Amino acid sequence: MARLELTSVDKSFGAVSCAKGVSLTVEPGEIVAVFGPSGSGKTVLLRMIAGMFEPDGGDILVGGRSIVDAPPEQRGIGMAFQNFALFPHMSARDNIASGLRATGAADIATKVAAMSRLLKIEHVLGHRPRELSNGQKQRTALARALIGNPEVLLLDDPLRNVDAKLRYEMRLELPSLLRRSSAAVLYVTQDYREAMAIADRIAVLINGRLVQVARPEEIYARPASVAVARLFGDPSINLSEVTPVVEQGRLTAAVAGTLIRLDAGELSSAMRERCWLGVRPGDVVVTRHGGEGAIPARIVAVTPIHERAVVLLRFADGSEWLAALAPEALEAGADDDVFVRFAPEAALLFDHASGDRIGLSPRRQAA
Amino acid sequence: MDHSSLAGRIFRGIALALVLVFFMFPIVWILLMSFQSNEQILRIPPRLLFEPTLANYEALISGQLKTAAGNLQLTFMRNLMNSFILSSASVILALLLGVPAAYAFARFKFKLGETIAFTLLSFRFAPPLLVLLPLSLYYQQLGLNDTYFGIVWVYQLIALPLILWIVRGYFEDISPDIEHAYRLAGHSWREAFTRIAVPLAGPGIAAAGLLSFIFCWNNFVFALILASADKQPVTVGALAFVTASGIQYGQIAAAIVLSVTPTLLLALYAQRYLVEGLSLGAVKG
Repeated sequence: MARLELTSVDKSFGAVSCAKGVSLTVEPGEIVAVFGPSGSGKTVLLRMIAGMFEPDGGDILVGGRSIVDAPPEQRGIGMAFQNFALFPHMSARDNIASGLRATGAADIATKVAAMSRLLKIEHVLGHRPRELSNGQKQRTALARALIGNPEVLLLDDPLRNVDAKLRYEMRLELPSLLRRSSAAVLYVTQDYREAMAIADRIAVLINGRLVQVARPEEIYARPASVAVARLFGDPSINLSEVTPVVEQGRLTAAVAGTLIRLDAGELSSAMRERCWLGVRPGDVVVTRHGGEGAIPARIVAVTPIHERAVVLLRFADGSEWLAALAPEALEAGADDDVFVRFAPEAALLFDHASGDRIGLSPRRQAA
Repeated sequence: MDHSSLAGRIFRGIALALVLVFFMFPIVWILLMSFQSNEQILRIPPRLLFEPTLANYEALISGQLKTAAGNLQLTFMRNLMNSFILSSASVILALLLGVPAAYAFARFKFKLGETIAFTLLSFRFAPPLLVLLPLSLYYQQLGLNDTYFGIVWVYQLIALPLILWIVRGYFEDISPDIEHAYRLAGHSWREAFTRIAVPLAGPGIAAAGLLSFIFCWNNFVFALILASADKQPVTVGALAFVTASGIQYGQIAAAIVLSVTPTLLLALYAQRYLVEGLSLGAVKG
């Protein structure tokens, strides 16, 4: 099997730049999620690899061979689209078999049967796309993309249009399904959870630039910038503007008027004018007991979400944070005065101007 | 509005009946006339009850028109045949040229694309009389006067813009991703066009083809000027019924019935496609 390589790929439409020097390598059998907010250029990137757009600059290689000049049908690429893009006038069976027929493969019927068994759509093979549920459409589209055993598999937000239950099921099923094919997989998604559940590595794309490519746990623990930190996590990370100072040989910062000790590290690198201090809601502890490093706050509202309570806290200076915790861990209710703590290693510091993370706290070890 | 009240229903019934009578009366009257002799038709007051005769149809089919002034040769059946040949050939040519062109206009943005498309449409705005004189001069020079090819060519002014613009809308309605998916499955763009785009735009292509057939069939001036008797369609051939000894109303009526029937049957048969096809967006899968 072959590796997929993008080398400083550029693309713009008029004044709108969709890809700026994007370089990325996907090994055979590896799943890389391309994740970013909508409009960040994820789909354009995929479409350049598929041959629907031509890159303005850079090169795209499959197995070391440039495919930029090859027409889509000769690129050896399988693709599943967000809107499924099934052929409406063909049965699910013919949809799946369309790729095999083009190459004149043998045993088409056997292969279609095996693939549809794998994706649990044997019972709807005779149906037209409009008679299928969204989940079945999506599985048919996946079967169609997988059946030709492509060297590169592109999945454009394939779970976007299926219902929540099915989405969870598919998140569990997809990784093993995709690894069977040993193709280099690029998986576009707008959902960080999906990216973390499915991918070996995540490539974070913001405004056409790859800002970080790393393993899911590492991106979560050590986001490259404020923008990346904001994208990962729900509720998203709490950010406060701080000016770190050294006090009694320790790096400290005042959060809402309370001095908080930060993890000791390379002090000099953190001695900046201003920084963003980021603490994930899950790392925020809400207690009734004060003490050193406890910030007084008032609970504004408590919202139960899933198995967690999300607590909106307001500090004395008016700034607000969110805490996410197990409901039984919450000792107080709305309008109660409480104290907020967080472990020093849970704090992330970002440069105020550039938004880049300051390599201060190693936090948890990346697995 | 309350549809279920008795007064409302009666009112609706009367209104519908009036509209129906208004539109259907001429057709019914022509049908009745076609079974009457000239004397019966010109009787005052006209009668609904009469002894039907097939003489008008016999005269048309045999080509012998008996008038007070003597026998006249009629080429009506030949005209009818010409109408078929000209309209069918025009629509087939327009489909062969127009469907790929419509696809190109729908899928690709190219320099002057919109201008070219609009220019083609503008052929429909210009009154035919405006271009007839120069056209007939050109045709005489080129030797295209009085040829089937020449008329089929000039009929492209009628059929091509219609097909181009209706079918273009259909192609634009098909998600390009469906074609991309087909190409990624290993098919060339030609196959994506013939096996995906054309079948999916099928209802639209059928509707556009049918409409252009009817428009070609109904055309009068182009054939009148550019063709002589043996190439002329029914619309022009019907002029022969205005004879020196008077207007042959019975034969005209029979000729109208015969010439309207094919397009009427075609429209009735394809009604479903027409309605489905002319309401854009109906092709989404």
